[in-house]
Amino acid sequence: MVLASGDTASHTATFLVELGAILFALGLLGRAAAALRIPVIPLYLVAGLFFGQGGILDLTASEQFLTVSSEIGVILLLVMLGLEYSAGELLSSLKSQAPIGVLDGLLNAVPGALIALIAGWGGLAAITLAGVTWVSSSGVIAKMLGDLGRLGNREVPSILGVLVLEDLMMALYLPLLTALLAAGGASTVVIAVCVAVGAVTVIIVLAARYGNAVTRIIAPKDAESTEALLLGVLGATLLVAGIADQLKVSAAVGAFLVGIALSGTVAETAVEVLSPLRDLFAAVFFVTFGLRTSPGTLLPALPMAIALVVTTSITKVGTGWIAARRAGVKRRGRWRAGVALIPRGEFSVVIATLAVTAGVEKELGPVTACYVLLSILLAAAVQQLPDKLSVDGSFVPAFLTRRRSVRTPPAQPAPDPPG
Amino acid sequence: MGLKIVSRVLPGIGVCQELGLHDGRRVGVVTRRNGTRDIVLYDEEGEGAAAAVSLNDDEADAVAELLGAPQLVMRLTNQQSKAAAVITEQLPMPYDSRYAGRPLGDTHARTRTGASIVAVLRGGTTYPSPGPEFVLEGGDFVITVGTREGLDGVAALLATPPG
Repeated sequence: MVLASGDTASHTATFLVELGAILFALGLLGRAAAALRIPVIPLYLVAGLFFGQGGILDLTASEQFLTVSSEIGVILLLVMLGLEYSAGELLSSLKSQAPIGVLDGLLNAVPGALIALIAGWGGLAAITLAGVTWVSSSGVIAKMLGDLGRLGNREVPSILGVLVLEDLMMALYLPLLTALLAAGGASTVVIAVCVAVGAVTVIIVLAARYGNAVTRIIAPKDAESTEALLLGVLGATLLVAGIADQLKVSAAVGAFLVGIALSGTVAETAVEVLSPLRDLFAAVFFVTFGLRTSPGTLLPALPMAIALVVTTSITKVGTGWIAARRAGVKRRGRWRAGVALIPRGEFSVVIATLAVTAGVEKELGPVTACYVLLSILLAAAVQQLPDKLSVDGSFVPAFLTRRRSVRTPPAQPAPDPPG
Repeated sequence: MGLKIVSRVLPGIGVCQELGLHDGRRVGVVTRRNGTRDIVLYDEEGEGAAAAVSLNDDEADAVAELLGAPQLVMRLTNQQSKAAAVITEQLPMPYDSRYAGRPLGDTHARTRTGASIVAVLRGGTTYPSPGPEFVLEGGDFVITVGTREGLDGVAALLATPPG
């Protein structure tokens, strides 16, 4: 551990100063994001760029702590995601939305892989980039829908259905990628994927049928002491994540499954007590990702990131449009569903981190950072556009309709008022 | 009435319930897992929100009361105009009553008299909206709402000697 090494006194002081400075800066950024009404993730990533290698403040003492914290951040992000879904919701989404899930994967993962190959990246990097462009950010999207007051909209179940399926698919994709990155042979990869498929199926079925029993093993029946519950759930999550990592099945997926397995009041209380921890460690996770990227590499990464954002935003809009149409939503709602799905976020960064840590493709880090950043900014910019469409969904800019109504003379004289 | 409420499950967020109004507009209530309630007013198309507000627990309760309270008053006033005046009285519970030490449900007061017992006063404490399982005691004051006739009926019922 950092704190125990070297000449401790001055080291501890440097460590505290560095960590304090980072967290304080993130706090300021959080306020700025709230004032600008944009999601805070892009700001965290940018902040990371300005710390560390090649940034304005070089971090020495806190690097190791940040690395460990960012891994805990990933685990907390995933366990919270699992806690938010019940096994029943996952199963019913899987039943009703499976075709959309497949379409979503094809439309959004394939362009990422193709662009990577065109850029001359290797196969492993292409598979990674496919994951990066595939998954929309449930965190950013839920926040945006809430902030825009759109949660009651008719298209929202279609949007959330796509997100649920993506998260489920990640439970298979992440183990696959982890095994590939570990440079395992074909058999290792097959085993990892089989273990993942088996674990996911078993956990979901167990949680759907015997959710309460599973919950009772991890946490006390009545959540009398939130402290005991916090420690119990956090401990179980880290434990399972660690074991999953040992088995090369991805720590993140282990955490996700723990979240799904928990249900009822225990899950609700766990969400409450883990939220502040998730906010802290997830922020550290995003910063650390930025930290590993030096600002100088961003500009060269920009063209590729722009190509990715343009292509995969179009394909995401298509996915949302089709998903909403399938649910019988009218045209404006289809466009709203489309633009809602544009933001990429936590999962893209999680996927890229795996590959960057494994030393695959140097440009992957900066490209992903730019890509996530741009996709969120683009999404924020275009969210309101569908509401400007005319009711039938054709795009008629407001100034055109106004001018036409002035120029076009009435075809017939207005009829005399009756009476 | 025939009001049709459409429910939509929002995985990971909560549930949305939507209602068509008499003038063709639609309103919805989103209940989020964390207790936040969003009231949504739909646009003319009926699919997207024209306006939405978020309420926390206390605010949602306050709005529910605002919407619910006038209804109660209206019902009481309707009753008043229809029949004799509705009045409230504190009826004493004799110690030697048949119903002392027995649950409120045993009196069948509402079925027998049409009057409702809305609260019980005991030793300075008010027990509002007692259920049928609430055990009455001698010396209680039973707050009853009803017509003159109904109240007299309840008073007589409570005074029934054991037997």
